[in-house]
Amino acid sequence: MTPVILSTQDLTAQFGAISAVDFVSLEFRQQQLHAIIGPNGAGKTTFINLLSGELMPTTGTIHYLGKDISQLSADKISRLGIGRSFQKTNIFPTFSCLQNCLLGAQSRLPHSMHFFQRASRLTDVTERAQRSLALCGLSDRENSIAAMMSYGEQRQLEIGMMLATEPQLLLLDEPLAGMGTIEAQRVIELIQALKQDHTIILIEHDMQAVFVVADRLTVMVNGKVIATGTVAEIRANKMVQEAFFADEVIGDD
Amino acid sequence: MEFSRPVRWLLLLAVLLLAVFPFVGADYYTELVVRIMIFGIFAMSLDLLIGFTGLVSFGHAAFFGLAGYVLAIVTPESSGVSLFWSLPLSILASGLAAAIIGWFSVRTTGIYFIMITLAFAQMVFYYFQEAVQWGGSDGMFLFFRPTVTIGNTVILDLEQNRTFYYFVLGSLVASLLLVKRLLGSPFGRVIMGIKANESRTRAIGYATFYYKWVSFIIAGMLAGLAGYLEVTHTGTISPGYLAWHESGIVIMVVVLGGLGTLYGPVIGAFVFVVLQDTLQDYTSHWLLIMGILVILIALFLPKGVTGLLDQILYRQGIQNTNNEDHGHQDHRT
Ligand SMILES: Nc1ncnc2c1ncn2[C@@H]1O[C@H](COP(=O)(O)OP(=O)(O)O)[C@@H](O)[C@H]1O
Ligand SMILES: [Mg+2]
Repeated sequence: MTPVILSTQDLTAQFGAISAVDFVSLEFRQQQLHAIIGPNGAGKTTFINLLSGELMPTTGTIHYLGKDISQLSADKISRLGIGRSFQKTNIFPTFSCLQNCLLGAQSRLPHSMHFFQRASRLTDVTERAQRSLALCGLSDRENSIAAMMSYGEQRQLEIGMMLATEPQLLLLDEPLAGMGTIEAQRVIELIQALKQDHTIILIEHDMQAVFVVADRLTVMVNGKVIATGTVAEIRANKMVQEAFFADEVIGDD
Repeated sequence: MEFSRPVRWLLLLAVLLLAVFPFVGADYYTELVVRIMIFGIFAMSLDLLIGFTGLVSFGHAAFFGLAGYVLAIVTPESSGVSLFWSLPLSILASGLAAAIIGWFSVRTTGIYFIMITLAFAQMVFYYFQEAVQWGGSDGMFLFFRPTVTIGNTVILDLEQNRTFYYFVLGSLVASLLLVKRLLGSPFGRVIMGIKANESRTRAIGYATFYYKWVSFIIAGMLAGLAGYLEVTHTGTISPGYLAWHESGIVIMVVVLGGLGTLYGPVIGAFVFVVLQDTLQDYTSHWLLIMGILVILIALFLPKGVTGLLDQILYRQGIQNTNNEDHGHQDHRT
């Protein structure tokens, strides 16, 4: 097996009396696509928020490449090479597609406190932004204002913007949510392509999609991990079937 | 940020008109234009915060007034001081105040940011109100305008109203070009990202606090330049210059002209000063009329007077060519 890239130890997030993430200890391995599934309110998004520094853990730690990152802010975590997308599309609505990716690409400069340099002359940044836009399939929409695009395209753009930051580890929070079949298929193909050279933690509701792309699966319920294993192991797991798949059809495709 | 082509031509035309104005306009109106241009710099500096960084500062007059006080304080009653050190000193004083105030306020957002900037500005206001050595509530006079001499050669004699006029015009044009350059820089890109979506800007790797802080400092320094010019122009400074209603008026002027356009606030300053000048003679309630105007603009012209200008240009079909695609119609392949 490949080495561990990210791990959590008794990671917990409490909101008042609710433990949204409850003593979660998990390991994620390099170059794997590790999916997290679970019913609504299981704590999946909260878990991603902890990993990305959006939220500080109540207790527990997160290690990334051996380094404790549990107390780092979101910008520092991004700079370590962890990129994320949000369950609720989170882009720069007033910017064009290219501008969204340009801001992403420029974030890899040591800093952006350059006041008189022309941003348009940062050719590396521009090229990287255009490459990411091509990757997410929006090359032909460079000058479209993000807010004016379809919902699916906006979600693609968010992935493009994230890729412009050149992350090693991608945290994708339900990238297919609300997408039409064709758009969803495009994103699944994109995820499969990204799998080749990225580690991915994927939260997804679409079980068919998860079974196709995932190497490993973790099932979360009520903030707790109830099972982790390969796709085959999880599908065979009785407890998982009762807890989670009770009303889902697990096809043998 | 780029100006569209017709706007660029109109700006050039405006500068040319301003340049010849002292030769054709009566002295009274030339004075009025000086006031407009100074107010324009002040409003532009606030646009950097409100229109481009998304920070609605309600204490911007503090930096305007502070630089004015510094000039008045360092100028003796017998002669003017050199602009070469008094201008940087005044601007730095405003910058320092902005650094301190910004350090605390920029951490907050929304209504808290508005309140904290207001509170800090009121502290500065009360300080000068109580400072008897600097005239207390009466303020101070500036008996001589700053001097611009090298050795014994007078480069610019700012006591000459026409020379001062061109100095202010030069400052306005330089400020506009400077801020425009700033917005086209990597820094400018980040602050515009913060305005559009701050948490997302942080999530892609920018420590947004520092960018907002620096933006706050730069805006404070530019307001300081305007304050320095204002005191040079009027020859007086009093706590009223940095009171909260001045901060409120400059917000109105920015909204009136058009947020996030840079030249819009200068147009706003023009409308404001002209209205003030004409209405003041008829009614002491002219600010009421001003207020109604701002409400109407907020309701019907979200892009201010500038937006109206854009619409007129658009109707006449000479709108800029780099107009962006709004929607799906023109899928290029
Ligand atoms: N900011 C918050 N404040 C209070 N409760 C929260 C907050 N965020 C999430 N929760 C609660 O935590 C639980 C887990 O939510 P979430 O992580 O969004 O679940 P999932 O993504 O698996 O659907 C839910 O009960 C939710 O109501
Ligand atoms: Mg969720």
